[in-house]
Amino acid sequence: MAEVVLLKTKGLTRHFGGLKAVENVDFQIKEGEIRAIIGPNGAGKSTFVNLLSGRIKSTSGSVEFAGEDISRMPAHKRVRKGIAYTFQITNIYGSMSVLENICVAVHNRLRPSLLSRNHVSEDDIEAEAAEAAKTVGLGDRLEEVAGTLAYGHQRLLEVAMGLALQPKLLILDEPTQGLSDSEIANFKEVVREVNKTTTVLLIEHNMDVVMTLAEQITVMERGTVLAEGTPDAIMNNAAVQAAYLGASA
Amino acid sequence: MSIHNKKLFLLCLATLAGLFVLQFLLSDYLVLAFTRILILAVFAMGYNVLMGYTGLVSLGHAMFFGAGVYGAGLSSYYLGVSLPVAFLAGILAAIALSFLIGLLALRTQTVSFMIVTLMFSQAAFLLILYFSEFTGGDQGLTLPTSARSFSLFGLEVDMTSDVARYNLALTVFGVVLLGLFAFTQGPVGRLLVAVRENEDRTRMLGFDTYAIKLLAFTVSGGISGVAGALYGLMFGYIGSAFAEFKISIEALLFTLVGGPGTLLGPLVGTGLMTLLIDRLSGVTTAYLIVIGALLIVVTLWFPTGILGTLRDRWLPWLK
Repeated sequence: MAEVVLLKTKGLTRHFGGLKAVENVDFQIKEGEIRAIIGPNGAGKSTFVNLLSGRIKSTSGSVEFAGEDISRMPAHKRVRKGIAYTFQITNIYGSMSVLENICVAVHNRLRPSLLSRNHVSEDDIEAEAAEAAKTVGLGDRLEEVAGTLAYGHQRLLEVAMGLALQPKLLILDEPTQGLSDSEIANFKEVVREVNKTTTVLLIEHNMDVVMTLAEQITVMERGTVLAEGTPDAIMNNAAVQAAYLGASA
Repeated sequence: MSIHNKKLFLLCLATLAGLFVLQFLLSDYLVLAFTRILILAVFAMGYNVLMGYTGLVSLGHAMFFGAGVYGAGLSSYYLGVSLPVAFLAGILAAIALSFLIGLLALRTQTVSFMIVTLMFSQAAFLLILYFSEFTGGDQGLTLPTSARSFSLFGLEVDMTSDVARYNLALTVFGVVLLGLFAFTQGPVGRLLVAVRENEDRTRMLGFDTYAIKLLAFTVSGGISGVAGALYGLMFGYIGSAFAEFKISIEALLFTLVGGPGTLLGPLVGTGLMTLLIDRLSGVTTAYLIVIGALLIVVTLWFPTGILGTLRDRWLPWLK
């Protein structure tokens, strides 16, 4: 795959009052990559990806996606451009069935206009939703009420909704939090599968997941980028060790 | 186009058939009562689009009911237009008003949304009183005899006939019911529920949730206006009482009792509560106390209303 930059930020900054949550971050991610962002609690990782997805407005700086400046674009339009975001805290429609949950996502892609004529039938939407469910291994739970699923399955549903958008960039905010070891193993498979068609940006605390999945790692601390490189390089980076372990470098 | 949720569709058809037969079984008095119930049920169904399906509790829907009443009544009273034209004028007035109010009120959420809709509604009510030379204020205006009948497509309809009124109300109710079936049980309906369940999530799936809410608000207000226009023209009287706060509360009450977010809930709630209020007000003038107590009971133990409870326990398709 050609080395195409999919997403690029320049001087991206977000202050909350006096707190510099994200400060002057220059970042880029190439098409087809799996990138992990790591860093201690409060490093600004979630705020940063929220600036990318548009859930939070930036104080200054720019975001460029697929060659287009999207800095001022509202969140829902960024999703339509191909940036999908899955929530840190599982965020599904509890009273709807698994299938209906994913249908909402497919609906957006197949029939973007609210009052458009019925080009795409409800059956088409359901068929695609069922396909996305199968990809994450929820194919046999389509009719279950989402709120009653086990936590691990809810996380997978969350991912399936992201997938159903067929995004160019899938942002996963701490996807393995609260999952069991076997669920994590399955999850890694799902991400690899997804990565065949989509660039993946992952915020993750589980180092095992990060080291096995990510090709490149970005380390954040106090709102800035502390280091960036391959898993090996990051492991041996003195500044990173200092930030994580508090040892003097 | 295939129909989703066929069971609910059949239940709607059965309900309409049952309501049609009802007029041959009931006394004249009850036929009149059911005429009112059908019209108010249309109002509650409109309210339910916003409150039940989309999860936005408005305390100002009296203004949209009132917009229907006055839009229809005033154009009939002053311009002398025929009743069908006046009816359309009422609906258009309600749609225009709800679109405008929606633009502003939807910038707020939850409690502020309730307060903002309430304030707009009270402002509308006070405007009606302020311009009472034109609107008739709290005394109201009685429509002239010429506005008590109309002919449409060669069909003469006499608005003083109980039978004509009941069947007209039933027709409008049926059209709104089937229209709302299509609206709520299809993809758009799923989006309304998606906004209710989790607005942030819906936005992050690529939807402009403000636009979705504005659509729901306008449809909701428009249908409330249908009910208002029909009520004013059918009984030949318009007055400020139709835009009172109490009217907004009734829509909320009927919807809550019947089951918010269920298609037929508003009909059930309106029927039960109207008959109950009717009976109670014969017994005591303090019937509102009973209503209040009932509202508390419903909120505490049956927050999903009668049909909502049935849906959650046994009939998942009842939505």
